[in-house]
Amino acid sequence: MKKLVAFLFAFLLAASMAVPAFAADASDLEGTTINVYNWGEYISDGSEGSLDVNAEFTKRTGIKVNYNNYDTNENMYAKLKSEGVSYDIVIPSDYMIQRMIEEDMLQKIDFSNIPNYKYIDEKYKGLYFDPNDEYSVPYNVGMVGLIYNTKMVTQAPTSWSVMWDEQYQGKILMFDNPRDAFGIAQKLLGQSFNTTAEADWKAAADKLKEQKPILQGYVMDDIFRKMENGEAAIAPYYAGDFITMHDNNPDLAFVYPQEGVNIFVDSICIPKNAQNKAAAEAYINFLLEPDIAVANANYLGYASPNTAVLSHADYELKDNEYLYPTAAQTPETEYFYNLPQETLNLMTNLWSELKASQSGDAEAEQAAGSIWLYVGIGVVVVAIAGVIIYKTVQKKKRDFADAED
Amino acid sequence: MKTASKLYLFLIFLFLYAPIFVLIFFSFNASNSTSLFAGFSLRWYESLFQDQATLRSLYNSLILAVVSSLAATVLGTAAAVGIDTMRQKWLKSSVLSVTNIPMMNPEIVTGISMMLLFVFAGKLLGIRDVLGFWTLLFAHITFNLPYVILSILPKLRQMDPHLSEAAQDLGCTPARSFFKVVLPGIMPGVVTGLVMAFTMSLDDFIISYFTNGPSFQTLPVRIYSMTKRRVTPDIYALFTLIFVAILVLLILYNIAQAQGEKRINKKLAVKEIEN
Amino acid sequence: MEQKPSLLQKLASAQYILWSLIFIIAPLILVVYYAFTDAQGQFTLANIQQLSSYSGIFLRSIGYGLVATVICLLLSYPFAYILSQSGAKRQSTMILLVMLPMWMNFLLRTYSWMTILEDTGLINTFLGFFGVGPLHMINTGGAVILGMVYNFIPYMILPLYSVMSKLDKSLIEAAQDLGASRLAVVRKVIFPLSVPGVVSGITMVFVPCVSTFYISQKLGGGTFSLIGDIIEMQFQTAYNYNLGAALSLVLMVLILICMAVMNRFADQDSGAMVI
Repeated sequence: MKKLVAFLFAFLLAASMAVPAFAADASDLEGTTINVYNWGEYISDGSEGSLDVNAEFTKRTGIKVNYNNYDTNENMYAKLKSEGVSYDIVIPSDYMIQRMIEEDMLQKIDFSNIPNYKYIDEKYKGLYFDPNDEYSVPYNVGMVGLIYNTKMVTQAPTSWSVMWDEQYQGKILMFDNPRDAFGIAQKLLGQSFNTTAEADWKAAADKLKEQKPILQGYVMDDIFRKMENGEAAIAPYYAGDFITMHDNNPDLAFVYPQEGVNIFVDSICIPKNAQNKAAAEAYINFLLEPDIAVANANYLGYASPNTAVLSHADYELKDNEYLYPTAAQTPETEYFYNLPQETLNLMTNLWSELKASQSGDAEAEQAAGSIWLYVGIGVVVVAIAGVIIYKTVQKKKRDFADAED
Repeated sequence: MKTASKLYLFLIFLFLYAPIFVLIFFSFNASNSTSLFAGFSLRWYESLFQDQATLRSLYNSLILAVVSSLAATVLGTAAAVGIDTMRQKWLKSSVLSVTNIPMMNPEIVTGISMMLLFVFAGKLLGIRDVLGFWTLLFAHITFNLPYVILSILPKLRQMDPHLSEAAQDLGCTPARSFFKVVLPGIMPGVVTGLVMAFTMSLDDFIISYFTNGPSFQTLPVRIYSMTKRRVTPDIYALFTLIFVAILVLLILYNIAQAQGEKRINKKLAVKEIEN
Repeated sequence: MEQKPSLLQKLASAQYILWSLIFIIAPLILVVYYAFTDAQGQFTLANIQQLSSYSGIFLRSIGYGLVATVICLLLSYPFAYILSQSGAKRQSTMILLVMLPMWMNFLLRTYSWMTILEDTGLINTFLGFFGVGPLHMINTGGAVILGMVYNFIPYMILPLYSVMSKLDKSLIEAAQDLGASRLAVVRKVIFPLSVPGVVSGITMVFVPCVSTFYISQKLGGGTFSLIGDIIEMQFQTAYNYNLGAALSLVLMVLILICMAVMNRFADQDSGAMVI
């Protein structure tokens, strides 16, 4: 079976265009393939005149890239954990890296293959999830904040509580992943993101349930289009993505709410079951290359942990107050930590129940909707029952008639 | 047709085609939005042909659909013949009910159950990246098989069983009698099955979603991950092209059919005159 | 005097039986296995017990599925009837037009409904010209049902049409000659004869409606989750295969029961289902 897979690969490679190759040092990796698993919209992909980073990598090294997306850390974790796939590169956030290290899902990186690691800012070395800098290389850093449309929200909000304001009914979007969504409720309730008290989580879940009726929806990257089109007025999201949205819709504004926000570091890692570790390390080194890192930083709008980016002449966002706030502008921040399994189970169950709970839109509309629903079900059930009874009676009659014959 | 009927048909067609017109319309958008029109442009058609990942996934989908529908047709034809000649009633009816399972079962359950099987088999065989082309192929063949079998079985039933017996009595080997006698008889069913399998496979999203791996992404799976982020109009451009291609094919087919009919009519007319 | 199946014929069915055992039966056994074990592989009923908190969502999914199926039936029935009464040439063109949207990726078609229904979307922009305030349509239960009706209505139209186009016109004429009113003709002649089409249409629409997960994500905005969404979440993000398998198992059993009931009363008068 494996041979067949390899054969197929060779076939597909031959069928695709021949790959030009320079980069003498990686010649033995030439023609190999790596599987990269990254967040959606998280690499400069050649759209709108930007640099296509993956194509550039293939051009320089001759290594082909299979590039796939996930939209939450948990999504990526579940895929890897299924053990049905093997990726050479993943880019999880801090708490997920901690969890994956604990569960032995990552392997140590050979930093001698990554000379460009020298560009990483000392600030982002030795972080809590990888204290000895063995498993991860920072890719982007950022904070969560509140994005709002100044045309619809006239008074600049300062608190997460605006997301519970009924005035904006049907215009509020919420994260569609439990950790970020719970995080907002937790900050509003004055809890830590990393609490393990069951009561705290339940209180946060209640807070979210309270919010559900006025929400427009739970979304992730749909936020881009919904905020840009003015379809929604308020949404929490990552500062870097706000920069992109703001480019497309200048009415949008951003604020770090006073209760505190989540700070995160997304780092590049190599999973344990990677098939092409050397090429993966070449890829990491390539992403840290100053020209590539600048192209990514300009395209993504996220804050970069790469010192070569900040001093690069082409970097456009050097002075952005949201990405690189001064000490006075910096909000209160907290990292997510990996939670113990029990708390994780509690969180996913509470989340599933929240998503399943019956409260859609406006409550009145909801009530009317469910009445119609039950009327519909009722009518159908009665109709089916009626038909069955009718048929049975008819059949009996027929049988009776047959018997008389 | 009465006006009311016409109006009704029109409204239903409007409903069916509204999103498709929207899709075609925005493929000509000058900006990167799929909901705000900023002016006419062909830039997305241009960028479509530079989007290697999308073209590759289209190519993957086509390969998968061709291979899986051919395989399903071969296996399914054999299976239909086998089922048709089964003499134990209980066996026949239980095989037929099992055949119905992938059609009755919600696709999400089929997809999940297949994924569980492949992951389980992968662990057993020690393969680290079991999900990929082969798992997709097995999954697609499996959900294609019932369509092939069920479109062939009725044709087999209509056939005279004595025909193949006669061929064998006249010295044909069973295999030869199958290819010479049975297969031509059931050919329309085989073709229907093949076309159905090809269409189902090309269009399948849910089952592929659970059984695909990083090395082999099909077009629907790629579109899914696109709609999770932002859809740029280049994928609309692709489907506009596909739509036009299918439309042209259908029109050509209709014309060919009409001309075929004309020719037949002419022949008939000629015959009548001759008589 | 039936012939004994030859070795070749036995082989033909054996390969299929083997295939079904591996790719249909074994995966379902795995679903059952996961449903009754915990993450460590120990037997447990906890997953099944946990299902009670999802009864609301099962009810909602079935409810939405039923409503969408009924709407599909109500819209399709007159459509198929009008179609079957029109000229032969027109019929084949129209049927092709019904099938054409099915060739376009359903994810994209659903996505483009978002553009139509949004508060800033096409319908509301259009209404805005007349000063009619924005109607809130997207992210409601109604939008989810609309998405279901839209996506699956061809599966209702096609079987209905295929039954009605084969109706013996002389039966209708006879009824009319005998003085039946138009309503009586529909009720006493046309409807009873089209029951097989109705049954297979309902089957083909209801199952995908109940188990869908994409439509509710996009048109329901994540606040109108259906059972398919919860199952997808267990497998793709929550990594709780056991609960996911338990949910799938219940979904499958529910649907198979529904189908058994449906088929029962299709069998009563007509026998085979139309596919």
